[in-house]
Amino acid sequence: MSTINRLLTIKNLVKHFDISGGLLDQLTIENRHIIRKRTTVKALNDISLSIMPRETLGIVGESGCGKSTLARTVLGLYPPNSGEIYYQGKRIDTLTSQEMLPYRKKMQMIFQDPYASLNPRMTVKRTLEEPVYFHNKSITSQEVEEKVADVMKQVGVDPKWSDRYPHEFSGGQRQRISIARALTVNPEFVIADEPVSALDVSIQAQILNLLMDAQENHGLTYMFITHDLAVVKHISSRVAVMYLGMICELAPTRELFESPRHPYTRALLSAIPELGKRDYKHIKLKGEVPTPIYLPSGCVFHGRCLYARDICSQEIPPLEESDNNHHVACFFPEAE
Amino acid sequence: MGHLLEVNDLEVKFALRFGDLTAINGISFTLDKKEKLGLVGESGAGKSVTGFAIINLLSKPGYISGGKILFEGQELNKFSDEEIRKIRGNRISMIFQDPMMTLNPVLTICTQMIETVRAHQDVSKADAIDLAIEKLRKVYIPSPEKRLYQYPHECSGGMRQRIVIAIAMLTNPGLIIADEPSTALDVTIQAGIMDLLLELCETEDMGLILITHDLAVVSQVTEKISVMYAGKIVETGPTDNIINNPQHPYTKGLIKAIPGSLEAGSRLNQIPGMMPTLTDIPQGCAFHPRCEFSRPICETESPVPVSVNDHKQTIACHVLEKNLS
Repeated sequence: MSTINRLLTIKNLVKHFDISGGLLDQLTIENRHIIRKRTTVKALNDISLSIMPRETLGIVGESGCGKSTLARTVLGLYPPNSGEIYYQGKRIDTLTSQEMLPYRKKMQMIFQDPYASLNPRMTVKRTLEEPVYFHNKSITSQEVEEKVADVMKQVGVDPKWSDRYPHEFSGGQRQRISIARALTVNPEFVIADEPVSALDVSIQAQILNLLMDAQENHGLTYMFITHDLAVVKHISSRVAVMYLGMICELAPTRELFESPRHPYTRALLSAIPELGKRDYKHIKLKGEVPTPIYLPSGCVFHGRCLYARDICSQEIPPLEESDNNHHVACFFPEAE
Repeated sequence: MGHLLEVNDLEVKFALRFGDLTAINGISFTLDKKEKLGLVGESGAGKSVTGFAIINLLSKPGYISGGKILFEGQELNKFSDEEIRKIRGNRISMIFQDPMMTLNPVLTICTQMIETVRAHQDVSKADAIDLAIEKLRKVYIPSPEKRLYQYPHECSGGMRQRIVIAIAMLTNPGLIIADEPSTALDVTIQAGIMDLLLELCETEDMGLILITHDLAVVSQVTEKISVMYAGKIVETGPTDNIINNPQHPYTKGLIKAIPGSLEAGSRLNQIPGMMPTLTDIPQGCAFHPRCEFSRPICETESPVPVSVNDHKQTIACHVLEKNLS
């Protein structure tokens, strides 16, 4: 598989968090022996995917499935336990922070909560200036000012308000400012982590339109993380469905919504409330999402799957391409 | 026999130092037994305040400044604190958004359930426990005898919300007010909670007021929808009519703004601007600065609700009133 024409390639990415605490917390007594046990949250388990230039890859899944961890690991905010990340064919997960700098400029992130992601003690102007100065030390203040005014206009915030503080803006305006901050350094790749989840419907539409416009004007590539399937259906070109730190299905958006193959995807899609569709019958799953501390053996979904057979609890199904770019990680994808 | 609940021209104000702020500005609606009403709007529209006002849970400085709330023929807004306590949590129960905040983290589920039962009924502890187990079973909690003695943190989010519903059901209420009951939950869990509420309304003869910002959820659950904007109901009608044939410009905009109703990748319909804050609600129709059909009259006169579309819907809007006559 060539990694050159892909913007981003992730291979077998694993991220576990050690939550065992101090040494004393790790010790337990079993059969009169003191045993030291480590507890890890298995947030990402063997994730492989690639993103093409200028596409929008939607990542969906329920809370705790590892969507946000994936985003942060890709950006190098968390070091992965194993696996490889390539950006335009160059491996970036092994770079030192100094070597990583030019890539940080190319990759930006937009966070969910515009109340938490903007520094309350910095004016909008300072918030937006900081990344520009950081990535271009030789830039003149005149140029920075123009740049800031320019991005503010692009995201629909009046440049006259640049001396205001975040608390003087509404939620939607703040999210525009977060987007402006990501755009000030002219990135190529933007990871948006639930950018509209905290917003009202009419404001959500404004922000989604803004993101789509920015993509068109700057040729951006998005990794769009959300739990809202209606949003993903609207904005993405391909969608990856995650469950317990694994990708269970990855397909072009239309294909995924019209003919989902993985039993989890089907259950998830059947649960989306759709406007005015009254006689909906959603697929009821057994039980609840297991904790990522003790992963189920075999297919992580087998305990809740309606079609699980013996093999599902013993072997991990690989994510395989069936046809026209439709990847499914399931032994019996067509089971009815 | 009147309606189960009748809200008439309700007005809620918040008394502040610089004068009163009007949070609810004359809203009216009715609800019958087994009926499900959706109260929809964006944050700040006054949905939750309406819910609180019905059971008189408004905390100071909020107060009901006008209108009537009739529940089973009783005028709730005239009740004293003592009297309303016999209704609240007994005949009318409320379910809130975040089940972690609703349940007391340091008490077992058992303690919390028994407390509710014994506050309203003179029963022994053993009977109260039996009742609690029965209700937990009704909301499909597996092995309720075991769950009963656990603490809220030992349950998952969906399970906690089911327990909250079980507590609300303990006294066989006639009306449940559910304030964003599924907003904090994942879609698959949300679908389960909605199914459960629907089923309970049917089997237990309850009325349901579903307060939410999510039109899609409301459209699947309720029979009637009232759309709120800046403290007023701008449109009311049967769910199918509101969704398929909205009349008020705000409702229209709201429905078109939902992704999924349009071709993927196309621009979403956006309503410019944002909801006004209570301190500066515009003169006339509160929606006029954001409305594409706004006319001079909208800036000065507040529109009166009128029936449209063969008396199926009621809207408060000047513009369409004219177009129709």
